[in-house]
Amino acid sequence: MSARLPTGGRLIDRGLRVPFRFNGQHMTGFNGDTVTSALLADGQTLMGRSFKYHRPRGAVAAGAEEPNALFALGDGGAFEPNARGTVTPLTEGAQVRSQNHWPSLQYDVGQLNDLMSKFFPAGFYYKTFIEPRAAWKHVFEPVIRQAAGLGPATTKPDDDSYAYLYAYTDVLVIGAGLAGLSAASTAAEAGKRVLVLEQNSYPGGRLMVDPVEVAGQEGHDWARAEWARLAALPNVTMRLNTMAAGVYDHGYVLAREACSGPIRERLWRIRAGKIITATGAIERPIAFAGNDKPGVMLASAVRDYVELYGISPGDRTVILTNNDDAYRTALSLVKAGLSVPMILDVREQALGPLPKEARSHGIRVEVGHGIVEAHGLNGVHSISFGRANGEGAVLGQIPCECVAVSGGWSPVVHLYSHCGGKLTWDAEQIMFRPDETRVPTGADGTPFVIPAGSANGVMFAQDVAVDAAEAAARATGTTPTKTPDVTADFDSEEPPTPAWMIPANAPKKLRSKAFLDFQNDVKVADVELAAREGYESVEHTKRYTTLGMATDQGKLSNIPGLAILAQSLGEPIPNVGTTTFRPPYTPVTIGTLAGEARGPLFKPTRKTAMDAWHAANGAEWEPVSDWRRPYAYRQKGESTEAAVNREVLAVRGSSGMLDASTLGKILVKGPDAGAFLDLLYTNKMSTLKPGKCRYGLMLNENGFIWDDGVVARLSDDSFLVHTTTGNSDRVHAHMEEWLQTEWWDMRVYAANLTEQYAQIAVVGPNARKVIEAAGNTLDMSADALPFMGWADGEIAGCPVRAYRISFSGELSYEIAVPAGQGMTLWNAFLEAGKAFDITPYGTEALHVLRAEKGFIMIGDETDGTVTPQDLNMSWAVSKKKDDFIGKRALERADLTRPDRKQLVGLETVEPSVVLPDGAHAVEKGEMIGHVTSTYFSPTLGRSIAMALIERGSERDGEVLEFPVAKDRTIKAKVVDPVFYDKEGARQNV
Amino acid sequence: MSKRITRITGRGMVTLRGDLSDPTLTAAVTAATGCAVPSLRQIVWNGDQAVAWMSPDELLLIVTDAPTTVTQLSQALTGIHHLAADVSDARATFRITGPWRDILAGGAPVDLHPDAFQPGEIRRTRLGQVAAAFWATNPDTAELVCFASVAEFVGIWLETAATEGAEPNLYAG
Repeated sequence: MSARLPTGGRLIDRGLRVPFRFNGQHMTGFNGDTVTSALLADGQTLMGRSFKYHRPRGAVAAGAEEPNALFALGDGGAFEPNARGTVTPLTEGAQVRSQNHWPSLQYDVGQLNDLMSKFFPAGFYYKTFIEPRAAWKHVFEPVIRQAAGLGPATTKPDDDSYAYLYAYTDVLVIGAGLAGLSAASTAAEAGKRVLVLEQNSYPGGRLMVDPVEVAGQEGHDWARAEWARLAALPNVTMRLNTMAAGVYDHGYVLAREACSGPIRERLWRIRAGKIITATGAIERPIAFAGNDKPGVMLASAVRDYVELYGISPGDRTVILTNNDDAYRTALSLVKAGLSVPMILDVREQALGPLPKEARSHGIRVEVGHGIVEAHGLNGVHSISFGRANGEGAVLGQIPCECVAVSGGWSPVVHLYSHCGGKLTWDAEQIMFRPDETRVPTGADGTPFVIPAGSANGVMFAQDVAVDAAEAAARATGTTPTKTPDVTADFDSEEPPTPAWMIPANAPKKLRSKAFLDFQNDVKVADVELAAREGYESVEHTKRYTTLGMATDQGKLSNIPGLAILAQSLGEPIPNVGTTTFRPPYTPVTIGTLAGEARGPLFKPTRKTAMDAWHAANGAEWEPVSDWRRPYAYRQKGESTEAAVNREVLAVRGSSGMLDASTLGKILVKGPDAGAFLDLLYTNKMSTLKPGKCRYGLMLNENGFIWDDGVVARLSDDSFLVHTTTGNSDRVHAHMEEWLQTEWWDMRVYAANLTEQYAQIAVVGPNARKVIEAAGNTLDMSADALPFMGWADGEIAGCPVRAYRISFSGELSYEIAVPAGQGMTLWNAFLEAGKAFDITPYGTEALHVLRAEKGFIMIGDETDGTVTPQDLNMSWAVSKKKDDFIGKRALERADLTRPDRKQLVGLETVEPSVVLPDGAHAVEKGEMIGHVTSTYFSPTLGRSIAMALIERGSERDGEVLEFPVAKDRTIKAKVVDPVFYDKEGARQNV
Repeated sequence: MSKRITRITGRGMVTLRGDLSDPTLTAAVTAATGCAVPSLRQIVWNGDQAVAWMSPDELLLIVTDAPTTVTQLSQALTGIHHLAADVSDARATFRITGPWRDILAGGAPVDLHPDAFQPGEIRRTRLGQVAAAFWATNPDTAELVCFASVAEFVGIWLETAATEGAEPNLYAG
């Protein structure tokens, strides 16, 4: 059992006790503890259960690579699943719960999965549950989901706040150990802007633990002093608790800062000239039977817990290693007064100064030996050992509570690799390290990600500072500054030997208990089975076995896994290669990625000048692109449908008014403005006279309609282009693109004035009277302001431009006014219109009114595949113009074939039945078209619709069938799409 | 430093597009505003009026009376290809007092380091999810313009970013 040592612990403050709860039980740690160190201090080595087999698991590591010690933190809206306890600072009153067990951590029913494990081999769900098909959905998947999985997601909204930060730097240094601090120092001295990010809550990296002397100080003292010195420089910014998650092209880096105060986590979006990855190295485990039991830990982690947190991992620790470094753990334990009954070194000899020192403390070192199996139920009580290269014969058994394992070190190459940095296999050090000939290069062809220190495969403290200073010098184009003298405890280490599965020739029984991926329960036997089944690619094996696919992304398991695969395939390790390293380095919460974009900031809503009035007067909203527009104004007790009908009838009967401000308004000006618009629209705009308006269609290069609207000629050289609400920005961008890339010789400027004007449509037989009653300087007579004319003047004291245009078939004026006076004019029309029962109407009434007249709506009658001819609008396509966008495409065979779908009107045989929008017309089992707009017309007292139907223009009077449900078909007759006032008499008054 | 977000109203704004090297145009701009035509990403002030560089062929004029300025420019530029339009009502303007660099750095992908951005410069960029432009009038004050339709969004955004304790302390503190 683990416990707190009476003294020691560099990171903890024994004077500050921190109470917390674990699975409801009261526990106490110290300030500076992580959740995991506090649990270990309390003797809690069992911390959770594994994903698939529900095997008992404890902490393996002490850092970001931890696969097992995952906890659920907090409650309700502050709940967070799968938090890595090894990097979660202990906070007062924290609610910590273990995961993946039922009914309790100690006794778990799911552990039966473990007994059944021979039925869950690699890729078991691909093999076992194929037939019958239906069983997957209804039986297998729900059962597996229940049994597998880690913490659940919360169903409550997140209590916390998040933010983004855009940061820029010349040099970004990731990691603040000996390498990062040395690199930062050189870059700072070069006068560059330097940003240093450290994922831990303290600087120093391994200097905090290992006995290294830097510049005559103990390493951990130097690290803190150097951090403070650098932080004080004006050109250096330093952040603790900030994990660089991903490196992208052009020096773009995402990082997550754990904050305090009102912001929980901040997403840094960094643009860096050069990136130095001083990310250190991670120790590898060695696979052996029972290596996943609580109490089996990385040798470096054991050292971390002793040195940083004053934790005894158990009275007796057996060490299994293939290298000299793990002997430091033995020395650390002995110094803390703990027992190391045996070091099992798989190498045939261990004669370096570290093993020598260990032996001098009376520690028994067995070279050429390894662990055969670790024994114990919810923890380790002993190990049996035998020949490292043997077949598992047990030569002895040693009681112990902890096993410290070291299979060598792997440089943390993740960030280096995100942007294409390649690796090389270092056979001597047994590791993949960055290949200096194939580093990621930036736009200028020079390296932009430069690894430094042990992240670069430089493993000895004496060499790290020099390598890092050189990296920084390369990054800044300067020469390395003098680095501090670094003295390690021992000046040499003997090389490691490969050790992936111990004993090397262990039988299947042992290999089936030797774990590679602790979080996803992938064993040596699983990878070997995959290899036998033909999985040669490491990427395929990863997905088949799920090796490395858990939330730790295989930080501990990838290299051992691919080594086992290589062994099984009889290939050298570099031939098998690594899987792809992808961001994020460690998981980032969705809340952090969302940043401030939630609640009222989730998405911008564009609002017109009259929005507040709409809101106060019963508006039911409809989103139209980013705008919100009133769909209808519901009166007290009124249904939406009734409101729409009332609004339509009011417009037809007397007068209505509509907030049309969202319509796009683009000023196009210049000597070539007319010629330019002739190219953009299908019809001719250059012949339009000042004072007049013309309707136009805009096609894309493929001949399909994408926008329509009314163009007003303001003067000889200027036009105002009205676009649909959704396309105002797009039409403006379209104009700029053509003017800047193709027609740069045209003298035309365009300005988007959409928001400069509020626009109010006053519509209905009494529209003219309403405007006149509002106090108006315009001559409203039909002669002075005819249909499709415009005029400037004043209404109710506001400067206005009145366009006499109609989207309803009624007498209609659209009055533009500077947006700041929109509400004044709106109120003036409400007041003046009282005598004419003026009725504000919404977008749905607008739709019904236009459909009654057979007017098309972009996005209803058009869907990006519809031509003017399809909509019977050949009249809007000029035959005289040499060219316009889409002209050539309209002549393509597919666009001229006679059996295209064409616009028709529909009247249902049963007048009260309204066709569903999008309903398909079916003829002899074939789909021949679909409904594009469909409404109940209160004006006509019946349902009306428009549809695109194959050879529609030849089908006048035909009755079409629209099957809308299994046993229900609606019949509708093909008619002229102009349902109301076919002669257009109502707007010409 | 205390933080404050306020709306500025009643300011005239005019978009002017044309050949910025044309002496007639530059003279007309100076006559209307008292400001020289600014160079790349600069804003030039004269009292309450200013001229900001928006693109190689576009200026934003901040003036006391926009309709009059448009008329003035149109007259001065008769026969010269240009576009002048009143956009006062299309915009909303905010003043940010206090650590504006840290506030804006939360939403605008702009290098706001004092070496890279100083009073006298303008950036056309975005704030969160909407288009915006900003400049600093002095070391403690910045002004930001956005489209009027998203003024409410931008107001909430700025207030949120200015919440006590929420600042990233990248540039201040």
